[in-house]
Amino acid sequence: MSDLDLLPTDVEDDLRASVRELLADRCPPSAVVPVYDGDRSSIAPLWRALATDLGLAGLLVPEERGGAGASAREAAVVLEELGRAVAPVPFLTSSVVATTVLSAAGPGGAGAGLLAALAAGERTAALLVPLGTAPGGRLPGFAVDGSGRPAGQVRGIAGALEADVLLVPVAGPDGTSVHAVPAGDARIDPVISLDMSRQLADVVLDGAAGERVLGAEAGDAAVRSGLEVGAALLASEQSGVAQWCLTTTVGYLQDRRQFGRVVGGFQALKHRLADLFVAVEQAAAAARYAAVTVAEDDPDRTVATAVAQAWCGDVAVRAAEEAVQLHGGIGMTWEHPAHLYLKRAKADQLAFGTPGTHRARLADLLDLPAPAAP
Amino acid sequence: MSDGPTTPGELRQRVADFLAEHPPAGTDRLEFLRARYDAGLAWVHFPPGSGGLGLPRSLQAQVEEELARAGAPDNDPRANGIGLGMAAPTILAFGTEEQQRRFLRPLWTGEELWCQLFSEPGAGSDLAAVSTRAVREGGEWIVNGQKVWTSGAHKARFAILVARTDPDVAKHAGLTYFLCDMAAPGVDVRPLRQITGEAEFNEVFLTDVHIPDDHRLGAEGEGWRVATATLNSERVAIGGGAAREGGMVGVLSRTWRQRPELRTADAHQRLLRLWVEAEVTRLTGKRLAQKLAVGQPGPEGAGMKLAFARIAQETSGLELELLGDEGLRYSDWTLVRPERVDFTGRDAGYRYLRAKGNSIEGGTSEILRNVLAERVLGLPPEPRVDKDLPWKDLPR
Ligand SMILES: Cc1cc2nc3c(=O)[nH]c(=O)nc-3n(C[C@H](O)[C@H](O)[C@H](O)COP(=O)(O)OP(=O)(O)OC[C@H]3O[C@@H](n4cnc5c(N)ncnc54)[C@H](O)[C@@H]3O)c2cc1C
Repeated sequence: MSDLDLLPTDVEDDLRASVRELLADRCPPSAVVPVYDGDRSSIAPLWRALATDLGLAGLLVPEERGGAGASAREAAVVLEELGRAVAPVPFLTSSVVATTVLSAAGPGGAGAGLLAALAAGERTAALLVPLGTAPGGRLPGFAVDGSGRPAGQVRGIAGALEADVLLVPVAGPDGTSVHAVPAGDARIDPVISLDMSRQLADVVLDGAAGERVLGAEAGDAAVRSGLEVGAALLASEQSGVAQWCLTTTVGYLQDRRQFGRVVGGFQALKHRLADLFVAVEQAAAAARYAAVTVAEDDPDRTVATAVAQAWCGDVAVRAAEEAVQLHGGIGMTWEHPAHLYLKRAKADQLAFGTPGTHRARLADLLDLPAPAAP
Repeated sequence: MSDGPTTPGELRQRVADFLAEHPPAGTDRLEFLRARYDAGLAWVHFPPGSGGLGLPRSLQAQVEEELARAGAPDNDPRANGIGLGMAAPTILAFGTEEQQRRFLRPLWTGEELWCQLFSEPGAGSDLAAVSTRAVREGGEWIVNGQKVWTSGAHKARFAILVARTDPDVAKHAGLTYFLCDMAAPGVDVRPLRQITGEAEFNEVFLTDVHIPDDHRLGAEGEGWRVATATLNSERVAIGGGAAREGGMVGVLSRTWRQRPELRTADAHQRLLRLWVEAEVTRLTGKRLAQKLAVGQPGPEGAGMKLAFARIAQETSGLELELLGDEGLRYSDWTLVRPERVDFTGRDAGYRYLRAKGNSIEGGTSEILRNVLAERVLGLPPEPRVDKDLPWKDLPR
C-alpha cells in the first residue's frame, strides 16, 4: 500500500474554485432541469466554456501532445465539482474515457491529431461501450464489413449525443482494434434515460468510414484502461453528488421548523446525518485514493478503483435518498433540485459496473473467493 | 341482522346468491357495483346498510376472491385509495347516519373520488399546526387557506379537510374536520410536478369556500382526534391483506425467475432477504387485521407502513441494479396527470422514484417511528414547546 498524498495541492484548490465559480454562474439547477423535457440547448455552450475557456478537456493529455499535462488528480477535482452541479457535460466520457483510450496510441501515429483536437476542446469523443460496462466486463464487438468499415449496433452509450467522433471497438481474430468514426456517419438514437443530465443513446454503424486508431495488439488494453480510469474517476463525481446532498440537506434542516422546533435539532435526524457525514468522508477519501493511484500509475490502482466503486456508488445513492426523504414533500417535487441528484446518483451506481460487480472483482483481486459450489 | 351470514360458509352462499341474481356478464358495471354495495359485500366489516355485514375484516379477502373468479368488475380501488383507505373508515367512525348514507356508496363504487386536504406548506409532519381557517357563519363555514401535496385533487369530487376553527386554544384543540366539496366555488387546484415527471399531486387554494355545517365530521374542536383515526386507517390499509409476492418483491421475483442472465450472488442474497422481510410483513398485516376484526385501527399500523416503505424502496433500488444497462433507461418524463397511482406499475425507474414517496406520504417514516416509540412503546415524548400555548401565539 503506497503512502500517496491524498490532500489537494494549491493548484488543485485554484482549479476547483474556478470550476465551481463557472458552474455556479452557468449551471444552476434551473439550467439542468430542462434536459428532462428534451431541451438540451444549454449543454453545448456550457461544455465549450469548460472544455475550451477553462481548458479542462486537455487535463489528461501531456503538453507535448497538445494537452494541459495535468493528471487524474486534477480531473478528479473537476468531476467532483461537476457532480456537485449535476452538470450535463461530456467531460467523463470524452475527456477521461475516450481520451485515455486514444492516449494509448503512440505519438505521431494514427489518432494523434484527434487526441490533440480532443485536448483542445475542438472535438468531443465517445467510446462505444455501454455505460454499465465494468472495467473487466464484456465489450460489445463491432465487426467490419467487406470494405473494412465497422458495422453493428450498441445500446446505452453515454456521451454519444455530445460527440462528433465515436471510438468503436472492433473485435477481430487477433484482438480488439479501435476505429474512430465521425458521429455524423452513425445513426444515434437518443434514449429516454433515468439520468437525462447524462443522456444515453443507441448507436448503429452501417458502412461508416473511419480511421483505425489502435491496432488489435493494443486496443483491448486501451479500452479496458479507459473503463478503469473512467470507473476510478467516476467515484469523484459520486463523491461530489453526495457532498451536495449532505450539505443541502443539513442546510434545509437548519431552517425548517415543525413542532415549534428546528427539525435538524431532532436527535434522530442528527444521528442519521452524522452517520451520513462519515460515509461521505469515506467516499471522498476512497475517490481521492483511486484518482491518485491512477495519476501515479500505482500498482494498487485496480484495487483502489474497485474499492472506490464498491463504496462511492452506494454512498451517493444513500445521500441522495436521504436528501429526498429529509426534505419531506418538497423533496418529491420537480421544483426542488434533489431529484436531479437522485437520478444522477442512481445512474452513476449502475455506471461502469454496480457496487456488487466491484465487490465481486475485489473477491478475485484480494484472494477472498466465493464459497465453492456444493 | 338476524338473517346475515356469520360463517365463511354462509358468506360463500351469500356471494353465490348475489352472483346468480346479478350475473357479471350481463350487468352494467356501475349497476353491479351498486348492487354489491347494497348486498353488504362491498366491505364486509362495515355495518349492514353501509355496504357491509358486520363481519370480521379478514373475511373480505374471501369475497374478493370469489367475485374475481366469477369475472365480476371491481371498483378500481387504485383510483380511489384515499377515499377507500382514509375517508371511508373515518366517515364510518365519526359520521352521522345521514353522512354515511350520502357519501359511502358513491365513494365505494368510485362514482365520487376523494382526496386529502391535510398538509400545508407550514404544516406537514406537524399536522396539528395547520393554519387554514374555517369560520362559522350561520349554518355554514367559510374556509380560507392553502393546502399542498394533495394527491388526486384534480380528479376528486370530495375531500377530507382539517382546518383551524379556534386559534385561541392550543393547536390540537382548535381543529375541526370537514368533508369539502371540490366542485364548490373558491376551490382552486393547481398541478405540482413530481420527480417521476408526472403531476400526481397538487396545490389547492381555498378562497371563501362555503362548507355547510352538516359536512362537518365530528364535533367542532375534535378535528385532531378524527384526523388521527384517518391516519391510523391509512397505515393499516397499506401493506395489509396482500398476497405473497403481492408488491414490489413480486415484481423483482418475477424478473429474477425470467432473466437468469441477470443473476449475481450479491443480488441473490439481497433478494432473498427482501423476500423474507416482505413475507413476515405480510403475515404481520394479516395478524393485525385478524386482531382488529371490526374495531378501529390503533397506532400499531404505523409499523406496517414503515416496513412497507422500506421494502418497496430497497426492492425497487435493487431491481435497477439487477437490470444494469436496462435500468439506465426510463419510459417517459412527460408531465401527465395520472388517472391512478400504481406503485408497482410502469418501468423499473418509475417504481424506484415513486417508492421514494412511500416514506413521506401519509406520515413520514420518522414520524411513524415516533408514533411507535411514544404511543405504542410508551417512551417519553420529545420535549415540546408548542403543546400548551394558544395556536395564535406559537412562534413561526
Ligand atoms: C407522493 C406524496 C403524496 C402526498 N399526498 C398527500 C395528500 O394527498 N394529502 C396531504 O394532505 N398530504 C399529502 N402528502 C404530504 C405528506 O403527508 C407530507 O409531505 C408529510 O407529512 C411530511 O411533511 P412535510 O413535507 O412538510 O415535511 P416536514 O414535516 O417538513 O419534514 C421534513 C423532514 O423532517 C422529518 N421530521 C419532521 N419532524 C420530525 C421529528 N419530530 N423527528 C424526526 N424527524 C422529523 C420528516 O420525517 C422529514 O423527513 C403527500 C406527500 C407525498 C410525498
